[in-house]
Amino acid sequence: MDRSRRISLIIFAGIIILFILSWIIKSTTLLNVGTESLLSIRDAFFITFAAFLTLAIFSFLYKDNPYYKFAEHLFVGVSAAYWMCVGFWSTFVGNFIPKVSTTLSNFFEVPPKEFDIFYFIPLILGLMLLMRLSPKGGWLSRWSLAFIVGTTAGLNLIRYLRTDFITQVSNTFIPLLVDWNGIGPFFSDFSLSASGQFVMTLGNWVIFIGVFSGLIYFFFSKEHKGFFGHASRVGIWVLMITFGASFGYTVMGRVSLLVGRLTFLFKDWLGLIS
Amino acid sequence: MNIFDRIMSFDRRWIFLSLAIVCVVTFMWPFHVPITLSNEVRSIYNRFDSLKEGDMIYLSVDYDPNALAELHPTTYVLAEMCFRKNVKVIFGTLSNLGQGMVDQVIDDITDSVMLDKTYNGVFYEGREIQNGIDYVFLGYKPYPAMVIQAMGLDFRVPFPTDYYGTPLDSIPIMKGVKNFDQCKLVMDMAAGNVAEMWITYGHGNYNVPLALAVTGVMGADMYPYLNSGQIFGLAAGLLGSAQIEKLCDNPGRAIDGMRIQLFAHILIILFIIMGNIGFFVTRRRKKMGGDVR
Repeated sequence: MDRSRRISLIIFAGIIILFILSWIIKSTTLLNVGTESLLSIRDAFFITFAAFLTLAIFSFLYKDNPYYKFAEHLFVGVSAAYWMCVGFWSTFVGNFIPKVSTTLSNFFEVPPKEFDIFYFIPLILGLMLLMRLSPKGGWLSRWSLAFIVGTTAGLNLIRYLRTDFITQVSNTFIPLLVDWNGIGPFFSDFSLSASGQFVMTLGNWVIFIGVFSGLIYFFFSKEHKGFFGHASRVGIWVLMITFGASFGYTVMGRVSLLVGRLTFLFKDWLGLIS
Repeated sequence: MNIFDRIMSFDRRWIFLSLAIVCVVTFMWPFHVPITLSNEVRSIYNRFDSLKEGDMIYLSVDYDPNALAELHPTTYVLAEMCFRKNVKVIFGTLSNLGQGMVDQVIDDITDSVMLDKTYNGVFYEGREIQNGIDYVFLGYKPYPAMVIQAMGLDFRVPFPTDYYGTPLDSIPIMKGVKNFDQCKLVMDMAAGNVAEMWITYGHGNYNVPLALAVTGVMGADMYPYLNSGQIFGLAAGLLGSAQIEKLCDNPGRAIDGMRIQLFAHILIILFIIMGNIGFFVTRRRKKMGGDVR
């Protein structure tokens, strides 16, 4: 047995011992707080196993290893199985069965509905999609796929057109001088509050210049020189600031995930904090 | 190899290790971090605060365990606030793992609401919340866009029964409740594009008053919808959750997590500054024709 294999076996044995120790200690802790014995053993196993999986995933930060692979593959497998079960119970049993068969509805204990022959269309499309597994009938799946792609494209077209285009464009048409009553009232009522005239006007100018220069940056039919080049340069800055804000939020999001896992490890598993 | 070359060839595992140490140390060391309140979060709180006894709202829990750390605190605090004020809640999820999230929230909130508590100076007597009377959990259905559109017509179209298999018509809380018209607001806690579907189909088609609590990653993308009035409030990431906890006077895991955020961010900023200094100095030396190594 070579040295690296021996080290791997020692690490594996160490992890198993630690796992069992953690399981026993956690079971005892749960028993002490009044949980039933069988429940405490079961809960302790799940908590310990979850902690092991968390640490296995974290171990990838050092380097790729079999424990990380195990956790990753387990996650993929469980997710696929879960998706399949949810799909069966929510779509097939929840939506299809009640509309086509009273007997099956009673069998699955879901309230039957009025018979609807149109529900056989998605059933046929679904079966055609499964034909992808057949070497000869694989082409049939393209019909279902085309239906899915077409429907999704249609839905998303409306979605983006309405939410991200029309509403956003109309919201860009904003007054560049908010509540303007002349230069005198502007200075006499000057305020730095967020709802004040100055800040509102400044905000609208930032939106106007940001949108205008951002659009110029993406206009490639004219060479970016002179005024056009300067505006395009401002557009890049606007984009960079936007990406910076997104990056900042992303960092916060990722640290939050770490906080979540640390809370689990130190509170739920180790019980070091109350 | 001078210090700048060392910075440029810094093994990233040291960064991970230092971040882990900073996070663990700050996690174990309790201290207070001031939370600044933003208008977009305050607007959510104000709308919830203005709800009256007997009003009904829809809470959409559209996240999986991977966004639990960021969004669970918001769900907990807002659900508890509703139950304390005797506001009826319709729970739903458009995320396939969201059912477990709602289950957990209902279990924990049921225990919490049984205790006497005082929030923002108002005393609330403990009481038992009941399924079908104080809340209903519709469960999960795939294809969020379709489900939102169908719920806008009638909750019974996508959800003939609730999560526990009871027909909606026989649930007391659902008597006289047909669709979003009977809900004062919809609050969507989302990790993914479900939030945009709520904006398009929920607000766009049915004009529901909509607020979002989203993950930090999505935060910046959602601000345009706030400015355009498509949503009335926005709580982004753990900071949003911490602000809601502070406004509701119900501190929990989000406020607790903010002190780790503080030090983790300081460390990350330091690393960014170090990396930039190393990058610019090395580039300058390259331009000047000097030896990089």
